[in-house]
Amino acid sequence: MSETMSETVSEVQTEAPSRHQITPLGAFFAVLGRDIFVTGRELPIFLAQVVLQPLFLLFVFGKILTQLGYAQHGYAQVLFPGLVALAAVLTGLQSTAFPLVIEFSYTNEIEDRLLAPLPIGMVAIEKEVMAALRALVSAGVMFPVGIVILGGIPWVASNAPWVVAFLILGALVGSALGLALGTFVPPNRINIMFALILTPLLFTGASQYPWPSLSHLRWFQVVTAVNPLTYVSEGLRGAMTPQVPHIAPWICLAVLVVATTGMSFLGIFGFFRRALT
Amino acid sequence: MGCMAPERVSPSPNGAGPAVEVADLRKRYPKGKVDAVAGISFAVEPGEVFGLLGPNGAGKTTTVGILTTRVRPTSGTARVGGVDVMADPVAARRLLAVVPQRNNLDRSLSVKQNLLFHAAYHGVPRAERRERAEVLLGQFGLADRADEKPAMFSGGQSQRMMIARALMHAPEVLFLDEPSTGLDPAARLFVWDRVRELQAAGTTIVLTTHDMDEAAALADRVGIMDRGELLALDTPKALIQQLPGERTLDVSVNLNNGASTEAVSAALSRLAGVERVEDVPTPGGPPGAPPVVAGPGDAPATGPRHFRLYVAGEASSLVSPVVQALQSLGATLDGVNLGEPTLEDVFIHLTGRALR
Repeated sequence: MSETMSETVSEVQTEAPSRHQITPLGAFFAVLGRDIFVTGRELPIFLAQVVLQPLFLLFVFGKILTQLGYAQHGYAQVLFPGLVALAAVLTGLQSTAFPLVIEFSYTNEIEDRLLAPLPIGMVAIEKEVMAALRALVSAGVMFPVGIVILGGIPWVASNAPWVVAFLILGALVGSALGLALGTFVPPNRINIMFALILTPLLFTGASQYPWPSLSHLRWFQVVTAVNPLTYVSEGLRGAMTPQVPHIAPWICLAVLVVATTGMSFLGIFGFFRRALT
Repeated sequence: MGCMAPERVSPSPNGAGPAVEVADLRKRYPKGKVDAVAGISFAVEPGEVFGLLGPNGAGKTTTVGILTTRVRPTSGTARVGGVDVMADPVAARRLLAVVPQRNNLDRSLSVKQNLLFHAAYHGVPRAERRERAEVLLGQFGLADRADEKPAMFSGGQSQRMMIARALMHAPEVLFLDEPSTGLDPAARLFVWDRVRELQAAGTTIVLTTHDMDEAAALADRVGIMDRGELLALDTPKALIQQLPGERTLDVSVNLNNGASTEAVSAALSRLAGVERVEDVPTPGGPPGAPPVVAGPGDAPATGPRHFRLYVAGEASSLVSPVVQALQSLGATLDGVNLGEPTLEDVFIHLTGRALR
């Protein structure tokens, strides 16, 4: 019995002598390639999903209300950086949280990637990176949208690196938050969770108002200081409309780095909990 | 249907060692009151088809979960292709493939893309993965639906897709978790045929099943599991042979208006090697159906009667003593049937319960 077995094995080995040796990083990019392929194919739908909300906010608050005289003329300039931040953070959050809940509980789709030759933590990081890429696309689309709707957007060329830095950090902090939510919230609670988290996140993130202007509304200022979106909004505002009072960029930068790191660890921990039993 | 042999692309790291090795493996889930896997050990040789047979909840899927790096064992070791799955799960995942119970196909991708991306995750070069995908799609009867999304596929088609996908990276060990549960008979036979082809090509296969026919039909060796424990492990034939006194000899007897059923039953019971005798109600009643134990009295003493003899040794050697015993009662032997016990009987013997 064992003799025939070893014969079989050696015979097959001579047919094909080398195993495909993919590195974990190679597998990481293959998995990322799958997500880029799927997102790319559904790009118009994806853009509609992520851009419509900020677009309408921009249109109603930045254009309609100012034209009707209910908002000051400069309000659009204050609003625009905040809405770019909102697009980045929310798209990141939704791009990790929703798919994770579905892939872990209903379709089990993620299993094929969990069985790929890369550490499970890297599968989680891939999810975060992909979500951040989607977030950057949706935030990037806000710029032409802003130019069309508002007829021009605030821009200080020398601050462009700051804008890029805060866009990336905003995309990452949103994705990390989504990773943590998507893995910790039970699948049957995800709808409630989004109602309880998304709406407050949307309105306490200093997107629609500069944070320092809340000084006469101290309690709300404290509440908004807890929301990572605040620091993305303020960071972008500082870079794009430096004349408007804003939180110092280095504070925003530090808070966002810490928040992204913390949320990522939490999210990866949650991902492990879901992926391994 | 050609042979779908995946190319064996490398020797396992330990060369001649077992393809799968499990030692004192134990798993208790965080909220579990008992061990889902209660300290089992076994080894699967390269090229072997190994079946884990047991009812639902026996610990089969947990065992496969540990071997495929998705479940962390509480204690013990598990190796695939010589690789410790806990110490180096990434290396283990290069060597193995899993066909799970539940459909986990990528619904955003077409059938063919499912295969191609799976191969990409495993580093199969582009040209080779296209080639392999074409071959496997053909072998699994999916070529004409290659560009469709798998969401609307039947259970059998999804199962075929998942097996084809698993073979894309030419695994050394293929894990099939309940491969034909929920499939219609034709789809089931299709899966069985593919498993046999893989076996012929030398792929090591570990399959779990609660279907004794499937275990007997496919597995070189069967491990019988119940309540987390491995109760027996051998070839299906040896398992059945080890059953004490569970060979059967069914005899049809013409009583010739003479002997009573009790007298015949008593005479047959007295024969050396017969452990007990049952009066079987219907002629050639369904195999495996519980025979009615002969009761005293009211059975008609005419016409053919059927008895099942439970025998300790070789059943065939009892034919001649049976003939003699019947003659001495004035009855004659109409026919004999040597009953083959099944793995189901082995399971009942080991656990006192039926499999299904």
